[in-house]
Amino acid sequence: MKNTLRQVFHSSKFVGGFTIFVLILLTMIIYPLFNPGNPLQQIGVGTFAKPGTYVNLYDATKAPTETFRLEDAAEKRMANSLSEEDKVAMVEWFTAVEADISDLDTSDTDKMLEMWEQYYDPTVKPKGMIRAKINYYKRLDNALKELGSGDTVIIADKDETGALVETKKILDTDYVNTNAVANVKSLPLGTDNFGRDVLKELVSATGTSIRIGLIAGIVATLIGLTLGLLAGYVGGFLDDFIMFITNIFTVIPGFVLLILISYSLGQEQRGAAVVATVIGFTSWTWTCRSVRSQVISLRNRDHVNLSKLSGHSLFRIVLTDILPYIASYVVMAFILQVSSGILSEAQLSLLGLGPKTTEVPTLGLMMNWAMLYSAHTNGSWWAYFPVILTITLISFSLNLMNTGLDQVFNPTLRD
Amino acid sequence: MSEEARVQKDFTNAPLCLSGKGVTKIFGFGNRRTVAVDHVDFEFHEGEFVSIVGESGSGKTTLSKMLLGLSNATEGEIFFQGKPRDISSGKKKREYWKGIQAIFQDPFSSFNTFQKIDTVLLDCIHMRGGKNLSKQEKFDMMTEACHFVNLEFRELTNKYPFELSGGQMQRLMIARIFLLKPKILLADEPTSMVDACSRATILDMLLNLRDEIGMTIIFITHDIGLAYYISDTVYIMEHGKFVEYGKADEVILNPKAAYTKRLISDVPKIHEEWDLSTVDLKAE
Ligand SMILES: Nc1ncnc2c1ncn2[C@@H]1O[C@H](COP(=O)(O)OP(=O)(O)O)[C@@H](O)[C@H]1O
Ligand SMILES: [Mg+2]
Repeated sequence: MKNTLRQVFHSSKFVGGFTIFVLILLTMIIYPLFNPGNPLQQIGVGTFAKPGTYVNLYDATKAPTETFRLEDAAEKRMANSLSEEDKVAMVEWFTAVEADISDLDTSDTDKMLEMWEQYYDPTVKPKGMIRAKINYYKRLDNALKELGSGDTVIIADKDETGALVETKKILDTDYVNTNAVANVKSLPLGTDNFGRDVLKELVSATGTSIRIGLIAGIVATLIGLTLGLLAGYVGGFLDDFIMFITNIFTVIPGFVLLILISYSLGQEQRGAAVVATVIGFTSWTWTCRSVRSQVISLRNRDHVNLSKLSGHSLFRIVLTDILPYIASYVVMAFILQVSSGILSEAQLSLLGLGPKTTEVPTLGLMMNWAMLYSAHTNGSWWAYFPVILTITLISFSLNLMNTGLDQVFNPTLRD
Repeated sequence: MSEEARVQKDFTNAPLCLSGKGVTKIFGFGNRRTVAVDHVDFEFHEGEFVSIVGESGSGKTTLSKMLLGLSNATEGEIFFQGKPRDISSGKKKREYWKGIQAIFQDPFSSFNTFQKIDTVLLDCIHMRGGKNLSKQEKFDMMTEACHFVNLEFRELTNKYPFELSGGQMQRLMIARIFLLKPKILLADEPTSMVDACSRATILDMLLNLRDEIGMTIIFITHDIGLAYYISDTVYIMEHGKFVEYGKADEVILNPKAAYTKRLISDVPKIHEEWDLSTVDLKAE
C-alpha cells in the first residue's frame, strides 16, 4: 500500500497533474480571501470593460500631483491616441504621395510620426482624393500637433453668478500616485456583459465546476461500483438484470439522456448539485462494465476461494478480497468521471440547460453568457478565453494524473 | 524423509468421510460444451490418504472445487460423512468448511496480497471459535503452528505473504491447516509450483499433519510416482472419468487400464525397489 503510493508519487506525470490541480484548488481557496464578496455582483454599468487597472478620474483630479519630466511621455501619449484607423489612413496618405513604405512597421509609432512630419503637406492634394478625406487629414494633423505640444487642461467650476472660474490646471507633466487616489479598481480580466468582475467570477465558477465534477464523479463511481460488484460477484440472474439496465443506458447516448433529464427538470429545479447528480446518474455505465469484468476475473481466484474457505461473509470478501484489487481502476475511473463531469456541465450550460443562472457561476454558464452576448464576435476575449483555458487546464491535469496512475498500475505501458 | 516405505493400510472398512455418486461438471453449452468431470463415483474413508492422478486437463481441479463446495455439480450427489451434503445456505457452507479445507496449487495467488500473515492465521483461530482468547494465547497458537512448518512466527508478523518464497508460502498454508484441524484436507498439486527442495519438506509435513490430526487427505497430482510413494489409495482420472482405482500397490504395480500403464511408463524408476533416500521427487 505504502509502496504503491510511493510509486505513484514517483510518476512525473501524476505529480505534474496533481501539482496543477492542487494549485487550481489553492487559488479557489486563497483568492476569495483577498477579494471577498459576491462574484455575481454587477460592478460595472455597461458591458465588457477591458482588462486593466481603473483609476477613478474624479478622485485623480483631486489627488496631490508630482511633476515628472519623462522623455517618452509625449510619444506614449500620441501612440495611445493614435487609433488603428488613423494608422491605416496615414499609410494611405504615404502611398498617395508615393513615399517609400516598403519597410514601414505600423506598430512603430515613432517612425510613423516621423514620416508623417516628412511627407504630410496640407497644400498637396493627391489625385483622386475627395475633399472630405483631405479635411480628415488636416484634422488628424492638428490633433497630432496638439498632442505633441503639451496643452494644459483647465478645470473650472461655476461660481455664484454662474460664470466659470478656473479651479485647477492640469499640466502634461502632472502625475498622481495611484496610492493617493481614493478609488482604484484592478480588473485583470475586465468585466463581462453584465459588468461583473470576470476574474472573481472565474475563480468562483472554477470552484463550482470542480464541485460539480466531484459530485458527478462520486455519484457515477458509487452507482457503477455497486452495480459492477454485484453483477460480477453474485452473477446469475442479478448479473443479467444489471447488465440489461447497463445496456439500456449504454445504447442511449449519455449526453442525450442528460439533455432530456435536464430539460424535463426545468430551470427552477436545476441547482448545481442537481445538475451534478444528473450528470453522475447518466455516466456510470463505463465504471460498472469495467468493474464487473474485473470482478468476474477475480471471483474465481484462489485467494477468494481461500477467503470463502476461511468462512468470510460475502460482504467481507467483496470488501477485503475484491475491492483492493480493483481500487486502482476505480480511482482512475473516478478521476476520468470528474474530468468528464466538468466537461458535461460546460456542454449542458452552453445549450442553456445547465444550472440555473442566478445562484452561482459555473464555467459552462460563463461560456454561455459570453456566447449569448457575442463576446467572441466583438473581440471581448477576456470573457471566454480564460474560461476555456481553465477548463483545459483542469482536464489536462486530471488526465495527466490518470495517465501517471495508468503507468504505475499497468506497467506494460511503462517505457 | 528417511523412514521406510509406508505401510499401506486397508481402509475399505473404515467409516466413510466423503463420497460421491455420478458427480458431473459440464462447462458451457453448444459447441463450447466441455464435460470436465464425467459421472464419477468415489468413496474416501476417514484417515485415508487418497491420490487423484491424471494428466493436466483431466478434470482434477474441477472435481476438487466441487468437493470443496466452491462450485456446484451439474449432476450427481456428494455425501459428507455418509449423509447427503447440504451447503444450500451461507451458514451451512461455513459449517461444512470447518470440516474440509484446501491447499491450492499456486501459492503466489492463494493469498490476498493486501493482508498480512497475522490476519491469515488469526482468521483460522477465529474460525475455530477462538475469538475470545487472549492476545498471548493467540500468539502462542500461531507460533506453534508456524513452528510445525519450520517457520518463525516472530519474524513473520507484519509481513505480507508475497514477501515469502513459494515454498514458505505453501508451508504457511499448511500452518493454516494445522490451526484449522479439518477432517478432510484437499491438496491440489501443492508441490508442483515450488522448488524441489521445498517439495520434499512439504510432503513430509503433510504426512506428519495427517498423523497428528488424523485427517483424510485427498492429494491431487499428475505424478503417479509420487502418488505411489505417499498414498493408500489412488484414483486414476482420464478425461473426467475415473478409469481405475484401488490400493496404491495394486493399481500401480499391476495396472489394468492402458492410461495407467502409460502414466507409469512415463516415470523412469517405477518398478525398482523404492529407496526413499534416493527418490527423485521431481519426476516431471
Ligand atoms: N471455468 C471453466 N470454464 C470452462 N471450462 C473449464 C473451466 N474450468 C476448467 N475447464 C475445463 O475443464 C477441463 C478440466 O480442467 P481442470 O479441472 O482444470 O483440469 P486439471 O486440474 O486436471 O488440470 C479442461 O478441459 C478445462 O479447459
Ligand atoms: Mg489443476
